[in-house]
Amino acid sequence: MGDVAQTAAQPSVAMPALMIALYVFVLATMTGREVITKVPPTLHTPLMSGSNAISGISIVGALVVAGHMEGTLQLVLGVAAVAMGTINVVGGFLVTDRMLAMFKKR
Amino acid sequence: MDTHIIVELAYLVSAIMFVLGLKRMQSPATARTGNMLGATAMLIAIVTTVVDNQIISWGGIIAGFLIGGTFGAVASYAVKMTAMPQMVGLFNGFGGGASLLVAVVEYLRHAGSVGTGTYGISIMVTVLIGAVTLSGSMIAFLKLNEWMTGNPITYPLQKTLNALLFLGAIAAAVFAMGVGQFNPDTMFWILVAISLVLGVTLTIPIGGADMPVVISLLNSYSGLAGAAAGFVIMNMVLIIAGALVGASGIILTMIMCKGMNRSLTNVMFGAFGGTANIDKSQIGKRPVKRADAEAVAAELGYVHSVIIVPGYGLAVAQAQHELRKVGDLLEQRGVDVRYAVHPVAGRMPGHMNVLLAEADVPYDKLFDLDEINDDFADTDAVLIVGANDVCNPAARDPNSVIAGMPILDVDKARRTIVMKRSLSPGFAGIDNDLFYNDNNLMFFGDAKQSMSDLVKALRELA
Repeated sequence: MGDVAQTAAQPSVAMPALMIALYVFVLATMTGREVITKVPPTLHTPLMSGSNAISGISIVGALVVAGHMEGTLQLVLGVAAVAMGTINVVGGFLVTDRMLAMFKKR
Repeated sequence: MDTHIIVELAYLVSAIMFVLGLKRMQSPATARTGNMLGATAMLIAIVTTVVDNQIISWGGIIAGFLIGGTFGAVASYAVKMTAMPQMVGLFNGFGGGASLLVAVVEYLRHAGSVGTGTYGISIMVTVLIGAVTLSGSMIAFLKLNEWMTGNPITYPLQKTLNALLFLGAIAAAVFAMGVGQFNPDTMFWILVAISLVLGVTLTIPIGGADMPVVISLLNSYSGLAGAAAGFVIMNMVLIIAGALVGASGIILTMIMCKGMNRSLTNVMFGAFGGTANIDKSQIGKRPVKRADAEAVAAELGYVHSVIIVPGYGLAVAQAQHELRKVGDLLEQRGVDVRYAVHPVAGRMPGHMNVLLAEADVPYDKLFDLDEINDDFADTDAVLIVGANDVCNPAARDPNSVIAGMPILDVDKARRTIVMKRSLSPGFAGIDNDLFYNDNNLMFFGDAKQSMSDLVKALRELA
């Protein structure tokens, strides 16, 4: 961000990273609202287990912190974070697929 | 192009695929590919992260992948469909736990000097939401798995204690950011501890019929914890995916609350009650008309239209497959058979639909309350299996404890048949006038046995 702010062609004050992140968060929430309200009740359980798997995205954060470990405590916590995220992702997507495979039309 | 841009573009592709994957959940025909799209998006995000970061200790990461992958895969194949709510509850907790640990490790990297800016605040918020999600989900799991009482646990000054814990957590968070004279490290661990306790104390007073609301709410929290962790490491795909899940969970929470005609505050802070001063001595004392399997077969086998209303009692008895055979036999006789599913029929949103799908009931035969409620008046017979409160006409009485709860208008049909163990009340703890109506028949027994008796009786019909 800092480099951008110093370029002459850019506005003199660049938007702080926090503000950009907030924009992203709010707009993603609104997108989610629009998309999810149209999911029929029949799919609410797979929706929940599937979105649950998506919340395992914190595994990205876990990988970032687990990659450069200093100290035993950090290592243990990092491994635990990766493990929990992986359970969430692998288990969530697989169980959702198992459920959705059962939904058949006549 | 510099690698940083390529990495961000890969994350953008991943975020777009998450949204498109969720969009495909709008129809059962496309939902499965939608889920696969989401899984692919996750894979892209993970690979991008691994490539982008100079990973020093692969050992830990591989260990985490192996432990988590094995547990997740085994659990997802072994779980019974009736146990889906507790499994989703458990997975919610792990999602929250992963976010919590990300924030803890980030704190430890800069112990005592995270500051009061975005970075510091984001860490504290992630810890609070992540820890509440983790411990709250564990309680929800224990309750749903019946490893602890499913009833609300209440004690004096409960709300005051929760409020104090929350304020304590905020104070600890502020001190952990280096404000004041306290040791930030000590304050940080106090924050972790208080947040974990808060998850427990917020979840134990909720129980019984309110569990679908809790599961949905914790689902939302697990997303919000992920988004908060995204603010910590300033990663947009985390923020977007987390926000999507947060929105999804909140919408499902609101749908569940509407299905019970309760406000979210009422579910969270007002342990379901109000039945204590109702006279229960008269429940089930009035005369009812009884019918056996042969009589029920005759009532259903010679009409044009039948609506089946499945309730959680059906799932408890594992009678879905027998019920589907009843439906099939009726259709073979030329009866128009449909299934009416109340929003809170199962123990999580849409649970009953999954249980019926597992029994091979085609999804185009399943109708939700709004779609089918007007049709009961034109229906010859309604077969209610293991459901009670969701079709109790008392909801139309403004003085009833369930006043205003949306119900299936089964009593408007020409004939109702209630299959149930006894006349005992449902979660609401009140009698159901439907049972005593002139056009109602009670078909008593265990759901699985009764449905297989009914299958036999239908096969013997001329």
